[in-house]
Amino acid sequence: MNILEFSALVAAGSLLAGFLGALTGLGGGVVVVPMLALLFHVDIRYAIGASLVSVIATSSGAAAAYVREGYSNIRIGMFLETATTVGAIAGAAIAMHVSGNAIAIVFGAVLLYSAYLSGRDRIEHGAHLPATKLATELRLNGSYPTAEGMQSYNVEGIPAGYGLMFGAGVLSGLLGIGSGAVKVLAMDQAMKIPFKVSTTTSNFMIGVTAAASAGLYLNRGYIAPGVAMPVMLGVLAGSLIGARVLVRARVKTLRYVFAAVIVVLGFEMIFNGATGRL
Amino acid sequence: MSTRSWNDLRIEVIIGALLRTGVILAAAVVLFGAVVYLARHGQEVASYGVFHGEPEALKSVAGIIQGALHALHMSGRAIIQLGLLLLIATPVARVAFSAVAFARERDYLYVWITLFVLGVLLYSLFGSH
Repeated sequence: MNILEFSALVAAGSLLAGFLGALTGLGGGVVVVPMLALLFHVDIRYAIGASLVSVIATSSGAAAAYVREGYSNIRIGMFLETATTVGAIAGAAIAMHVSGNAIAIVFGAVLLYSAYLSGRDRIEHGAHLPATKLATELRLNGSYPTAEGMQSYNVEGIPAGYGLMFGAGVLSGLLGIGSGAVKVLAMDQAMKIPFKVSTTTSNFMIGVTAAASAGLYLNRGYIAPGVAMPVMLGVLAGSLIGARVLVRARVKTLRYVFAAVIVVLGFEMIFNGATGRL
Repeated sequence: MSTRSWNDLRIEVIIGALLRTGVILAAAVVLFGAVVYLARHGQEVASYGVFHGEPEALKSVAGIIQGALHALHMSGRAIIQLGLLLLIATPVARVAFSAVAFARERDYLYVWITLFVLGVLLYSLFGSH
């Protein structure tokens, strides 16, 4: 395969990944790394470097659209970024000291878990929790616009949410993914933040978290322009198209299809990692 | 400066514009680099199966900027790498802007929290060789 063919095929695959990722809300990053590693036989570290770059692009592109609506909470985002960025650097440092096969196995496990999470319904928690002392001192409680006017909310479970966010950062740096699933889990389940706020704030944080590990990958030579270029352009274009189609698409069926793809990729990654093929 | 013009929503709108500009600029530079790179090297064999690290000029912030400035007419990969660096710098710029915005709001707790995040990002970009 020559470079022109390689670039065109990777860009086409990344476009599809970005498109489906935006439509299903699962993010394109999770399928880019397995695609590069399994299909194109790219070294997993180059694949992760390229994926991180695409994660920054989609997160920043989408955040630009989200912030206008006033759902995201920049204090929650910034506070939790102190955990995710440190975690991301730790994850990137780990990635540089373990074998590609070990990374593939962890990657496969995270894929299976993401698919499992996407199949579950999210339960909206009561908006009328008492304000805790810590949340008040950190000024994390906020309000967001609803059909009935501004709805205020209080945040709880800060230590647990903070710990989960550190873990999300480690996974992001280790695997080159946005870890959106873990971030939303931390904010939904642990901190009881309303969906619209947690989803948009999580997306907001993903770019900063990915940037924290991308610097490390860049400095260690893991970001190859020939791989990152088609991935970044493809995923970005795909996610922009996906965001436009979103309103009209039958997302539920698509989510199941995409989740099934992720399950297959997860088993493939674990199998290939366990048998030492990557 | 009235408080109205620096409320959270306005800050977020500015941040949104900052992010969009960064992404568009980065994508344009990467696309331009891609054209140069593919025109020159498109017919060569693609080989990314074995990791051997990128050359020095494509790994450090200073190296990339120098490479792109020196070689605007010769190296597509240097231009792509400059675009990718712009992209990585976009969230860093948004954190830096947030620090200024929190300072304007006199929310010093969040100025420190934001500066901490900025410090981690700058360490990753400049200090992690």
